[in-house]
Amino acid sequence: MACRRRLSLADTALFVTCLVDQLFPQVGEATVDLLEQSGCTVAFPSAQTCCGQPLFNTGYRAEAAPLARRFIEIFEDFERVVTPSGSCASMVRVFYTDLLRDEPEWARRAEALAARTFELTEFLDRTSFSSGANLEARVVYHPSCHLKRELGVDEAPRRLLRQVRGLELIGLDDGDRCCGFGGAFSVKLPELSSAILEEKLKALENCDAQFITAADTGCLMQLGGALSRRGSGVRAVHIAELLAGRVAL
Amino acid sequence: MADERLQAALSDATDRLRDRRAQAFAEFPEGERLRDRARQIKRHTIDTLDTQLSLLAERFEAVGGVVHWAEDAARAKEVILGLATERKAKLAVKSKSMTTEELGLADALSDAGITPLETDLGEYIIQIAGETPSHIIVPAIHKTFDDVADLLEEKHGTARCEEHQAITQEARDRLRSSFLEADLGISGVNFAVAETGSLVIVENEGNARLSTSLPRCHIAVMGMEKVVPDLEAVSVFLRILARSATGQKMSSYVSVITGPRRSGEEDGPDELHLVIVDNGRSKLLADRALRESLYCIRCGACLNICPVYRHAGGHAYGWVYPGPIGSVINPTLLGPERAAPLPFASSLCGACRDVCPVRINLPHLLLHQRDAVVRASSTARIPGRSGFKGWVERSLVRAYARVMRSERLYGRAGRLARGIGARFASGGRIRRAPGLGAWMSTRDFPEPPKKSFRERWEEK
Ligand code: SF4
Repeated sequence: MACRRRLSLADTALFVTCLVDQLFPQVGEATVDLLEQSGCTVAFPSAQTCCGQPLFNTGYRAEAAPLARRFIEIFEDFERVVTPSGSCASMVRVFYTDLLRDEPEWARRAEALAARTFELTEFLDRTSFSSGANLEARVVYHPSCHLKRELGVDEAPRRLLRQVRGLELIGLDDGDRCCGFGGAFSVKLPELSSAILEEKLKALENCDAQFITAADTGCLMQLGGALSRRGSGVRAVHIAELLAGRVAL
Repeated sequence: MADERLQAALSDATDRLRDRRAQAFAEFPEGERLRDRARQIKRHTIDTLDTQLSLLAERFEAVGGVVHWAEDAARAKEVILGLATERKAKLAVKSKSMTTEELGLADALSDAGITPLETDLGEYIIQIAGETPSHIIVPAIHKTFDDVADLLEEKHGTARCEEHQAITQEARDRLRSSFLEADLGISGVNFAVAETGSLVIVENEGNARLSTSLPRCHIAVMGMEKVVPDLEAVSVFLRILARSATGQKMSSYVSVITGPRRSGEEDGPDELHLVIVDNGRSKLLADRALRESLYCIRCGACLNICPVYRHAGGHAYGWVYPGPIGSVINPTLLGPERAAPLPFASSLCGACRDVCPVRINLPHLLLHQRDAVVRASSTARIPGRSGFKGWVERSLVRAYARVMRSERLYGRAGRLARGIGARFASGGRIRRAPGLGAWMSTRDFPEPPKKSFRERWEEK
């Protein structure tokens, strides 16, 4: 296993998610910065792949279960696991025990791991972390559905964003409405997904923001992809990048 | 989806209902506590459903009613048609019943030479338009004021209504005489009280009251989950039902019917029948995950908040129960062969769970139905899941699962996919990619980085 320092000293395992690993490595790096700023020693267990969420969400539980067991084996020895994704965190926290409920021993291990797994912003909000970033910009926060409704994390990311000097947090009409991504949903029903997205973009166009941010790269891929297609000036960035001061105007 | 007028009518109407609900609960601090209480009552009732139903039947008959049990739609229709023909009924007035809609009762009555007449405005509009309801509280939600005015002008041959009130008045005038003429009143039931054998019907127009009291014979039709233990439970539900449905504090009319008319009483029917319908509900009851879908009190709040319902409209769900709750129960009630795609048509945003007055965990139930549909598709022929398409999906899923079980395969697959992606990229984005045509008709894909996070980490 590759990790920054010797494994025995690392207390925090980074679960980077496949989307961040393959498409948004800068988000992973910003996450490491933030965790270190908050006093953690970060390990990256390199055997990690996917938590199984795409399979679980499309109804393929039998195929998802081995990935869940594999995930537990890789991560259960760490003091805590942190991930820059509300939906992947909720997979481990909320759905693993359901997925493994017919295997009592695994269900127990899943529960133990769930108690030590955190989404990045909820974790930072509990530590003495304080963002030293500086960005004079108008920013919209998009509460990702899984983060807000499965994990109940809504205030933490907003509190953290308010720490960024110069950053103005602006509200959106019906701001907590879904962006229409939903993983496989957007691939299976692209028109419906686009129609839902459209409402979000309309609200965004009405509010003069420079950035839209969220704690999930899935939503950001959806929002950012549409903004880019329209040639919009609004940029979609992950909250870790903002908090780590890796975003410039 | 294609009809923009429908889209606009629908999103305006659902927004209005949704905002009114939010307002109603904001001004009602004990609302959250009542929701917990309502859930508790439902859980208890559904867990002891057998006992509750037999108590209800016993008390209902003790106050002079007759109970009929129907295990499926065919049996329910047989019972009702039997009662109707025995009484030589010609005209049946109907009010407030999704369950009869579920059974397809109106067609069965027509086929038997009995005219079924919907008396609630929304339902009446749908009936004369020859359509089916698209919402469980507002059946004609997909129609604009102009649509309705046109329709009445055409069907009634009278002058075009210019105001909402005129529409209501015109429909009412048409219907009034029917109540007196009808031999049969057919209604739904919101709550059936086990302790007292009473039926509770909640409405805003007053037609249920007329349909159930004027004709000589009243047949009430209920799904078996509508039973509640006592009147205290009813008072809890009444306080959250109207708020969740339309944002009102209380519905305008609440009828409590206990038995037929007794000698000396002025109104009420001579005969009162209750048809208790299973029609697939015991399958929901038997499934430990899906059981809580029977807590539903059909308020419609989950429809109004659902981004998919708002864009797709109620008819896209193919049956009487649309929206999140429809996607959950239809595959079990209809069989996956007819409703398999529904649980997949959701981004799992979970907004429905936030508003559900009995806190049904709708997104989790959708996940359970997805699993059930996938499992059923290996044995049954399910559209989109069997045949070539289903085979492709299963192969992709298996390949994905295999790659993800190996660090080495995962790394290789990632490099390969990024390499292919990079060939389609220009200016930091991908505008087109094979196999992702529809997704990419409105969205760009980011240009994949040269190195993954793990490659960068290992180089440090
Ligand atoms: S599921 Fe809940 S919100 Fe939806 S109709 Fe039933 S009671 Fe209302």
